[in-house]
Amino acid sequence: MSDPVVEATDVVKFLGQGAGKVQALRGVSLSLNGGELVMLMGPSGSGKTTLLSVLGCMLSPNMGSVRVCGHATAGLAPEQLTALRRDHIGFVFQSYHLFPTLTAMDNVRLALDVRGDYSRRVIERAKEALATVGLSHKTRSYPLQLSSGEQQRVAIARAIIGDVPAILADEPTAALDSENGHAVMSILANIARQETRGVLVVTHDPRILPFAHRIIHIEDGRIIRKTRNGGTPTQL
Amino acid sequence: MTRVEFISVSRQGLRGGLRRLSEFTARTFIYLWRVAAFAVSLLTGRKITPLFFKLAARNLFHDRLRLAATITGIVFSMVLVTVQMGLFVSFRTMVTTMIDHAPADLWIMPLGTKCFEDPALLDERERFRALSVPGVAEAVPVLVSFAQWHIPSGGTTPVLLIGSDRNELGLQPWNIVGGDLHNLSIPDAVAVDRSYFERLGTSGLGDTVEIGDLKAKIHLVTQGIRSFTTTPFVFTPLDRARNYAGISGKKATYLLVRLQGGADAESVRTHLNQTLAKAEALAPDAFRSRSRSFWLFGTGAGAALFAGALLGMIVGIVIVAQTLYASTKEFSNEFATLRAIGSSSRYVYTVIIIQALMSAAIGFGVAAVIGKVIVKATADSALPVLIPAGLMISLFLLTVAMCVVSAIAAIVHIMRTDPAVVFTQ
Repeated sequence: MSDPVVEATDVVKFLGQGAGKVQALRGVSLSLNGGELVMLMGPSGSGKTTLLSVLGCMLSPNMGSVRVCGHATAGLAPEQLTALRRDHIGFVFQSYHLFPTLTAMDNVRLALDVRGDYSRRVIERAKEALATVGLSHKTRSYPLQLSSGEQQRVAIARAIIGDVPAILADEPTAALDSENGHAVMSILANIARQETRGVLVVTHDPRILPFAHRIIHIEDGRIIRKTRNGGTPTQL
Repeated sequence: MTRVEFISVSRQGLRGGLRRLSEFTARTFIYLWRVAAFAVSLLTGRKITPLFFKLAARNLFHDRLRLAATITGIVFSMVLVTVQMGLFVSFRTMVTTMIDHAPADLWIMPLGTKCFEDPALLDERERFRALSVPGVAEAVPVLVSFAQWHIPSGGTTPVLLIGSDRNELGLQPWNIVGGDLHNLSIPDAVAVDRSYFERLGTSGLGDTVEIGDLKAKIHLVTQGIRSFTTTPFVFTPLDRARNYAGISGKKATYLLVRLQGGADAESVRTHLNQTLAKAEALAPDAFRSRSRSFWLFGTGAGAALFAGALLGMIVGIVIVAQTLYASTKEFSNEFATLRAIGSSSRYVYTVIIIQALMSAAIGFGVAAVIGKVIVKATADSALPVLIPAGLMISLFLLTVAMCVVSAIAAIVHIMRTDPAVVFTQ
């Protein structure tokens, strides 16, 4: 495994205001290295999604620091954070978030379109990304013409087309049956085999744990346990 | 602050302003250059069409009912603005139509004359004073006066007499569709416009009527010489006009001046103003400007037209803003996804603004067709709506500006949307 692609140190994050203010993260530290697939597990309200948002540069921590591919996010303006996210992070969402009136090809292309890349090679790259997830034959299909598993694979293709080093996946198998869930995780595991790419998966699904190199358990905004897969808890 | 300090600060401000202006101009050129280069790349196939066009079109056409409401709003607004501005142009043209058709180098008029229809009178002595000024070749009297036209079926209606002798410099009728200009030399001959036949209770050429208590016979018919005051113009030779109006034979409303070859109009005008006793000389442009100023702004008519146009624009902005906002709100998840996958603010603005521009193009297209129909329908009316090409282009730019301004609320909404919502929806 190589250097961390995403690294959080002592991250504290408050959400809400006034009486509704809650501390969602209470000093979380973790790193996602290139060449590894890490799973983040925890009950609802434990802070998984907040942590994913902070690691994905969508929320800024109140305390602590986040580094993406060596770039510190502290003090960056929203547009700079957006650029950092665009160039270094790919997202896979639980409910796919595909654009229903764009074809699979266009949905994948969109990740490069927002970078301002309108060259013809974008088409080839989108085809390659769809081939990587086994959907070369579905380039012209619209999301509603695809099964749930296929939609999630299109979302993965969108996440990887930009050759970003970090893939952050939020419950990618939650809406899938075991066969499709297995297929999706196989793809993510393949991505994580590349030394330059790390995959962080937030999940509740115990069926997919065997794909992880490491499992991080979070509860009440704190990391309570880190397990190397097949090993014993490394930290409490 | 001393005067020197003030000038110094002003110069600094001026330099800063010029620098900003030059930077803005340079940036605009660079941007336009990039847009042009990109368009060429698209046309030559080196680039592919950006997806923001597809996204914008989809957002716009997704809900046909809302699209219809948007387009109706734009069309309603732009037709209202078009009619108001078309009337303004028409009004502006009509108030100077007589000045435009008089072949005078200078106009001499009673002091304080506000517009062509002002019925104040000059004494003949002013004509002799004018002729004594070096550079003046000719000064031809023209009478403009109200008179009562007796409708053959009963009753009277006011008309505006234009009394001018047939002369190279006179104010003669144009757009003649019946009779001949020579016919005006026939005793009792008058010329009227076809659009006023019904109002004057006449069927046209050959009809005999009464103006004041004197006989008049229609020997000439014109088309399109209309007065915005709706009072019909009646052309007739000068002396006959004086008779109809009951005005002394030595009076006139204007003197149309022709200059000698090589004479400087401005210096002659200055000299005339020094020489004339109770009259003043104006260049045609200055007289046009004075007439327009009086009718459009002195009477409040122009302000009313502008107020109508402004109201139309406000209605348009509100409707388009509301529908764009609703559309953007409906697609806020997708915009949040765009933000989450790293689209810049500019990309998101572009989607919304293209949506606004598409609405503008469709709405303007429909409004332009309706505008053309209105132009045709009012062509023969007392106050036709005129939409010259310049006005059409201005209205298109106005529609675009209106739709872009309308997009602000939608843009603000999207920029306030937290991209992290994609994890919770």
